[in-house]
This record gives sequence, structure tokens and C-alpha cells, in this order.
Amino acid sequence: MIEIGLGHYLTLGAIIFSLGIVGIFLNRKNVIVILMSIELILLAVNINLISFSIFSGDILGQVFTMLILSIAAAEAAIGLAIIVVFYRNKGSIRVEDIHQMKG
Amino acid sequence: MIAHTIFFYFFSIIAIYSALMVITSKNTVNSVFFLILDFISVGCLFIMVGAEFLGMILLIVYVGAVAVLFLFVVMMLNVAEQSSSWFRGRVTKATHIPSGLFVSILIFLELLVVVGGWKYKTNIMSSGNLTINQNTTNTHELGNVIYTDYVLYFQLSGMILLLAMMGAIILTYRKRENIKRQSYFKQVSREKSSSIELKDTEFEKGVKIDD
Repeated sequence: MIEIGLGHYLTLGAIIFSLGIVGIFLNRKNVIVILMSIELILLAVNINLISFSIFSGDILGQVFTMLILSIAAAEAAIGLAIIVVFYRNKGSIRVEDIHQMKG
Repeated sequence: MIAHTIFFYFFSIIAIYSALMVITSKNTVNSVFFLILDFISVGCLFIMVGAEFLGMILLIVYVGAVAVLFLFVVMMLNVAEQSSSWFRGRVTKATHIPSGLFVSILIFLELLVVVGGWKYKTNIMSSGNLTINQNTTNTHELGNVIYTDYVLYFQLSGMILLLAMMGAIILTYRKRENIKRQSYFKQVSREKSSSIELKDTEFEKGVKIDD
């Protein structure tokens, strides 16, 4: 309990990952909160990669963390652009208003 | 070592609390602020555990760019008022909530089983060729690797960022009416015959230019 090891960081990553998934499922407000939940999930993945990289003494995890950071930035930019376009067309970004593509 | 423990629990409790507040707060602007707090505390954890470069990158890129972009969009779209409908839909009566909670709790339990039942084996973990040198800084180590062995991945992430930028511009671009724009094609393809006209001016009368 006193000695902080790999398991503590992995547990922190697991908790943040699960909170992100809960945020995707429970959200009824707007799509921006879903995007923020996806950012939380990617942050949890980064925590896992960095803790493995540090505790096993291998730099490769940090390289991939940097790639994930850039991918997450790209994903946030594209998602926010799609949200802006949708708001311009419909005037709302509530989750339940987005049903144009239902089959 | 005791300081490491204290700081780990401090930052991780702040990170978990702010992640909880991101998904439960009624106002979207508050969610973005708690997302910023989450990024900052996890960045401090990264710096504390020894990955200084990525912690600083997290602070600069996420707090400085991505979270501010979120804040920008939230304030631009004016969605802060449409709150107070958490847990309850307007049209549908939100029948997916119990199954969603069930799936999330199941995923969390699975992750806990994996973390708790996993034994630390050094012979599995060390891959050998990219060990961290303790004498140089973290940034130096990372720079040694990403510009030599992993330069293709580095370039690929740059291409993905370029594509994301182009995609965002193309998605949000729209042609507006009644706006004067510069047309490069017209400018370049202008010729002497269409733009210069020679006139004979009569004495003491001049020419009208703007007609």
C-alpha cells in the first residue's frame, strides 16, 4: 500500500477508462461530452503505456504514447468540426436529435 | 518514497474525481473545466513517475490546445443552457441506462481482474534493445529514438495531423455571399490588352476615370 508500483498506475488507468465508458453510455445531453469521454479513454491508455514503459525500463511505450497524443488531437479536431457542421444544419447537438441516419 | 506515495494518491484522487465530474456535471462548460483539471493532474503524475517530456507535452498540447478548442466550441455553439436532462431523455425514456451501466461495471471488473491477477515477471517484460539510460534525461532518450528508429511513425503522425487539419477546414468551410474575395486566377491571368487602355486627352478637359 505504501510502495507505489505498477499495479497502482494500472488501477488508476482502469478507473479512468471505465469512467470514460460510463460517460459514453449515460450521456443524454450533447455530443461534446461523448468526445470528452473519448479523450478520457485515450488518457487512460496513455497512463497504461507510460507506466509500463517506466516500470519495465523500455522507452518504446513513450514513443507510442506520443503517437496516441497526436492521434487524439486529430480526432478531437475532426469531431469538433463535424459537431459544428451538424449544429449549423440542425440547430441542436443533443444526442436524441441525431437520428437522421437510422435505418 | 513516502513523498512519492502521498503525491500519487493526491494526484490520482484529483484525477478520478475530475473524471467523474466530467461525465456527471450538468453544465458542459463545467465538464470542460474538469477535463482540463484531469489533464493537469495526470500530467503531474507523468512528470512524477519519470516521463517528463510527455507530461509537459500533455500540459501544452491538451490543456493549451485541445481543451481550449473544446471550450471554444462549447461557448460558440451556445449549448450551456440545454442542461438538466441527465439520465432522462426527452423523446425516449432512456431505456439503455441499466444495460450501459451493466456493461461499464463489467468492463471495470474485467480490468481489475487483469490487473490484480497479473504477476510481475521481469523476464517477460524486458524487451532488451531499448532500455532507458539513467544518465541522460527523458527528452534526450526519446529524441534518440524517435528520430532514428521510429522516424517513419513520427512522419506518419505528422501526416495524420495534416490530414486532420485539412479535413477540419474542408468540413467547416462554406461559401458566403456578398463578400469580396481575392481571385488568384483572375489576377494572374490578367493581360495588358484587357487592363490598359490608351486615350487621347483633350487640352484642359482631362478624362473621367471612374465611370
